[in-house]
Order: sequence, then structure tokens, then C-alpha cells
Amino acid sequence: MASRDDIKFLSNPNIGSRQKKYCRFRKFGIKHIDYKDPDFLVQFINEQGKVLPRRITGNSLKYQKRVAIAVKRARHLAFLPYVTDLLK
Amino acid sequence: MRQYEVTFIVDPVLSGDEIKSTAKTYQDMLVTEGCKIVHIDELGLKQLAYSINKRSSGIYYTIEFSAENGDVIPKLELSLRRDERIMRFLTVKLDKYGIKYNDDKRQGLIGKVSKDKDDKKQSVAKKVPVVAKPVAKPAPKATPAPDPTPVPEPVAVPVVDSSKTEEE
Repeated sequence: MASRDDIKFLSNPNIGSRQKKYCRFRKFGIKHIDYKDPDFLVQFINEQGKVLPRRITGNSLKYQKRVAIAVKRARHLAFLPYVTDLLK
Repeated sequence: MRQYEVTFIVDPVLSGDEIKSTAKTYQDMLVTEGCKIVHIDELGLKQLAYSINKRSSGIYYTIEFSAENGDVIPKLELSLRRDERIMRFLTVKLDKYGIKYNDDKRQGLIGKVSKDKDDKKQSVAKKVPVVAKPVAKPAPKATPAPDPTPVPEPVAVPVVDSSKTEEE
């Protein structure tokens, strides 16, 4: 049997560890969310055009609210659909 | 002084001159009301996400203006509402970050692509956000995303390990 020095752990130690979520607006210093930019807002909605919850986007409360407002404005101006399927 | 931004969608069936004159009427109206036009942005013909008045596309205009007080807004909105050429409109008051954002956008600091958007306020460290973004994207993007990402890693590692032991 060969030396097993290359095997340090019986199982992969990275299992179960998850990258910590963060608020991208705080991290990158984005202060204003433009409702005229649907390509950006699409990151915060699911395939049906619903706003994704904070537990998935990782946004802070302040910016999650602003995202929601921006999405609603974008919907009013037909930048984003109100209801749809297979948006992404 | 307050800064506002009105976005409206003009009917695309009209001829080019009519569309231009439509935008011009509101620009003139704001000027006569004593507002200062900061910028007019013609976003052009865009496909609508859903049909409005049985039209599937529209011509977007954005007028950014500053006014002493909000008295102009009801007048402007009333005339927009009465205008048959306008399909949709939205007036928004801009806060200081919004004003800065629009300024930066005009100077080209903010790219059209969402990835470049992060550069806007930290133009010094331009590369950092672009690199960081792809990492950031998959996790918050959708519900199924977090699950597939951890799966490939554990699968890949044991395969490497087992192959090594077999060789030796």
C-alpha cells in the first residue's frame, strides 16, 4: 500500500461549509438602484418575475426594500414583466 | 431645489417627427413652468415586457429636471395622462445618490452592463468588483443555485484521491 500522506481527511472538509452571503450594495458601495436598468434588476427576481427573498439574495434590509421599489417601478414601465414564465 | 425625473413611453406608431415633438412639448412645458432641464435621455425603441394598449414596443424618454417645489408635478402628470400619444409615465423624485448616479452615468462611469455598475462609486478599484461579481452572482441568483455548487466539489475530490491510491 502506498503512503497515504496525500490524504489528510477521510471526507472532504469543505462539505457543509458555505460561502457567507453578503449585501452586494454595501460591499460595492452602490447607493442608488436604477429602475431603468432591467438587466441589473433581473438578478433579484426569479423565473416568474417575483422578487427573491432576502435569505437568498443576501441583501441588507435597507437595500432589499429599495430593490423591491425599483422592481415595482420597472414593472410599471414595462421594463420587467408582472407575471411571466421562464424569464431566465 | 428638488430634482425630478420623468420617464414616459411614447406610442411607436407615430412618425419620427411626431415622437420628437411629443418629447419637445413636455420639455417646453417644464421650461415655461420655471424648471431647469438637467438632461434629456432618449432611451429609444424598446420591446415592452408586456403589451400596453396592444402595443408590444415603445419609445422611452427620460427628462431630468430641477424645480423649486413640487407644484409642477400635478400639472405635468395631468397633461401626460390626457395625452393619447403617451402610453405610460412615471415621475420620481431623485435623492442625492440618484442625482450622483445620473451624473456618473452621463460621464460614462457606469456601464450599461450590470457588471460594470459596481465600478461606479469606486472607479479607483475598477478590477476588483468585476472579478468579485461572478463569484457573487451564482449564490444569490436563484434558489437552486446554492445546492448545485457544493455538490461538484465533494464529488471531484474523492475521485482524485481514489485514482491516486490506485496508481500507487
